[in-house]
Amino acid sequence: MTHATRIDARFAQLKKEQRPALVTFVSAGDPDLETSEKILAGLPAAGADIIELGMPFSDPMADGPAIQASSLRALKAGHNMTKTLAMVRRFRERDQTTPIVLMGYYNPIYVYGNARFLADAKAAGVDGLIVVDVPPEADEELCLPAVDAGLNFIRLATPTTDDKRLPAVLKNTSGFVYYVSITGITGAAAPVVDDVHAQVKRIKGQTPLPVVVGFGVRSGPQAKAISRGADGVVVGSAIVAVIEKSLGSKGEATPETVSGVLALVNELGAALRSA
Amino acid sequence: MSTTTQKSGEAKLNSYRSGPDDRGFFGLFGGRFVAETLMPLILDLERAYTAAKADPTFQAEIDHLNLHYAGRPSPLYYADRMTKELGGAKIYFKRDELNHTGSHKINNCLGQILLAMRMGKTRIIAETGAGQHGVAVATVCAKYGLPCEIYMGAVDIERQAPNVARMKLLGAKLNSVTSGAGTLKDAMNEALRDWVTNVKDTYYLIGTAAGPHPYPAMVRDFQSIIGKEAREQMLAAEGRLPDTVVACIGGGSNAIGLFHPFLDDAGVAIYGVEAGGHGLDVENGHAASMTGGTPGVLHGNRTYLLQNSDGQILEGHSISAGLDYPGVGPEHAWLKNNGRVTYVAITDREALEALQFCTRMEGIIPALEPSHALAQVMKLAPTLPKDNLLVMNLCGRGDKDLFTVAKALGMKI
Repeated sequence: MTHATRIDARFAQLKKEQRPALVTFVSAGDPDLETSEKILAGLPAAGADIIELGMPFSDPMADGPAIQASSLRALKAGHNMTKTLAMVRRFRERDQTTPIVLMGYYNPIYVYGNARFLADAKAAGVDGLIVVDVPPEADEELCLPAVDAGLNFIRLATPTTDDKRLPAVLKNTSGFVYYVSITGITGAAAPVVDDVHAQVKRIKGQTPLPVVVGFGVRSGPQAKAISRGADGVVVGSAIVAVIEKSLGSKGEATPETVSGVLALVNELGAALRSA
Repeated sequence: MSTTTQKSGEAKLNSYRSGPDDRGFFGLFGGRFVAETLMPLILDLERAYTAAKADPTFQAEIDHLNLHYAGRPSPLYYADRMTKELGGAKIYFKRDELNHTGSHKINNCLGQILLAMRMGKTRIIAETGAGQHGVAVATVCAKYGLPCEIYMGAVDIERQAPNVARMKLLGAKLNSVTSGAGTLKDAMNEALRDWVTNVKDTYYLIGTAAGPHPYPAMVRDFQSIIGKEAREQMLAAEGRLPDTVVACIGGGSNAIGLFHPFLDDAGVAIYGVEAGGHGLDVENGHAASMTGGTPGVLHGNRTYLLQNSDGQILEGHSISAGLDYPGVGPEHAWLKNNGRVTYVAITDREALEALQFCTRMEGIIPALEPSHALAQVMKLAPTLPKDNLLVMNLCGRGDKDLFTVAKALGMKI
C-alpha cells in the first residue's frame, strides 16, 4: 500500500465536485527559467488541477515537434535537472496542494542517479513521475524504488496495450493512469472520441485508479468531449505551442508568453467546468 | 579450447557467447527501454524472431540469398604488400566491401526483410547515417516490392550524395531530418516516431546491433556470418585460428559480427576501433562512446553514450558519417566492461592516412569507417611477431566517401 499523495487528494476532491481534472504540461525552463517559474506559479489559479512538468531531454523520442522544440529551448537556455527540482521546491513554498508530476525520459534521471533523484524529487515536493521509456518489464529499476520513496509512478496505457498486457501495465501504477489516445507522438492527430471512450471504459474495468486522457487534445470543446467517462484530460503540445508563438525575434520571452499560456489554460478549465 | 581445468568460477564466465538474458540484458547493458506503444510490438518481434530461428527454412532462405544475391562468402584476402611494409603480423582483410551494395549492411537487411514478411508487415522504415544501411534497405525492399521510407539527417544527406542518389534510384522515399543536429541519432528518433505512429503495418529495420531487445542480438546473429566465414577461411588458409581480429565500431554491427564467433577462443585478441574524431580530449569532438563516454539509456537500450553531466546526448563528430552515433551496441558495452575486447579510438587524420595507405599498397579503396580499423592495424601490426595472424574487417568500400576524402585532402574532383 502506498500513502495517499496530493494526487489522491486532488482526485478525491474533483470527484466531490463532479468534474474532470485539467492536467497541463509545460517543459521546465521553457523558454527561460524566470518565465517558466511565472507560468508554473500561475497555472493553479488559471485552472490547472494537476501540473505535469517536463524534464527537458535532448532526444524526446515519443514527442512531436512542439514539445521537442520546447525541450530544446529550455536546454539552450541552460536548463538542467537540478534547476527543474529547484523550480518545484520554490513552487511548493507557495502551493501545498496542487500536485506536480515530473514527466520525461529515463536518461537524465539515470545520469543524475536513481536513488539521489528520487530522494531530491520527494524532498522538493514532487508527487509523481511519468518516465516514458521505462516499461513495466523494468519496474524494479525505477518504479518500485519510486513507490518506496513515496512517489506515485504513473504509467501510460496506449491503444496497443491489449487486454493481455493491461494488467502488467496497471500492476505497480499509482496516482492515475495516463491513457495515450492515439498511436503516435504528442501533439499529432486528434483522437477519435468514441474510440477513446471505449478504451477508457476498458481500462476502468480493470483498475480503481482515475484515468486521464492525453495526446492530441488542443481545445476546450475537444477537451470536454474527450473527458466524458474519463477522470481528466492532459493538454501539452497546444500549451507549449502558445509559448513558441509568443516569443520575440531572438526567441526571447515577451509579456504575451505568460499571459498567453494562462489564457489558454483558463479557457480549457472553463470548458471542462461547463455543464 | 581446453575445458578440463576451468571451473565455472564465480568471476569467470563460462561463455562470452550466451547473452543476452531473457529480458535482453548483457549484464548491465541492453534491455528494452521503449514507450508503451512500442512495447507490444517489440515483444511480437521477439516471438517472431525466436520462431524464425527455430525454423530451418528461414536459415535456408538466408543461405540461398547470401550465396546468390549478396555474393557471399566474401574473400579472406592476404594483404601481402601491407604486411611486408608494416613488418609484423600477417594481415588478412575480410572483404565485406565486396558484398552486393558495398558493405556488410546487406547481411542484416536480408535477414530482417525475410522476418518482416513472415510477420505480414507491408511497409519498411529505417534510419541511416552514411547511407550504407539505407542503400541496403532500399535494395531489399526493391527486391521484394515493399514500400520503403528512409530517415536520414539533413547534414548526412549533404555529405553522402552518392548514396542518396542510389536510394532514390532504388525507389525509397527519403525523409530529410532537420531536428537536433540532423545526423544519425536524430534520424533514429524520427524513425521511432514514425514507428510509434504506424504500428500496425510497419516494420522498423534497424541497421546496427543497438536499440531495444531483440534488435542487438538479432542484428548480431545476421552479421555473425562474417566471423563464421573468417574462422573457416583462416583454418583453410593457415590451419589455425587468427591471433588478432580488428574491426571499426559506430553502432558496432560489423564488429560484433566478426567478433562473436571468436569470443570464446581465449587465444584470439580482439580490438574494436571507435571514431576519435578530432581527439578524445576535444569536447564533443569525437564519436568514441566507450573510450570517451559514460553509461546511459537511449534508443531503447542501456549502453555507453556521448553525453553531458545532465544526461543530455551530445552529437559527437567523426569524418565518417557511419561512425558518428552517440551510442554503441550494448553487447560491446558489456565486452568492454568484462575486458574481453580492447576498445581504442582512432582520429580522423589517422583514418585518412590509413585510407590512402591501403589504397596505394593494395589497390583497394576502403570506406572511411574501416579506415579506422586499418589505422589501428597500422599501429598494432609492427608490434606483433611475423607469425601473428591478424584479420581486419574491411566492411565497406570507399566510393561513397570520395567527395569527403577529396575535400579533406584538398583535391579537386
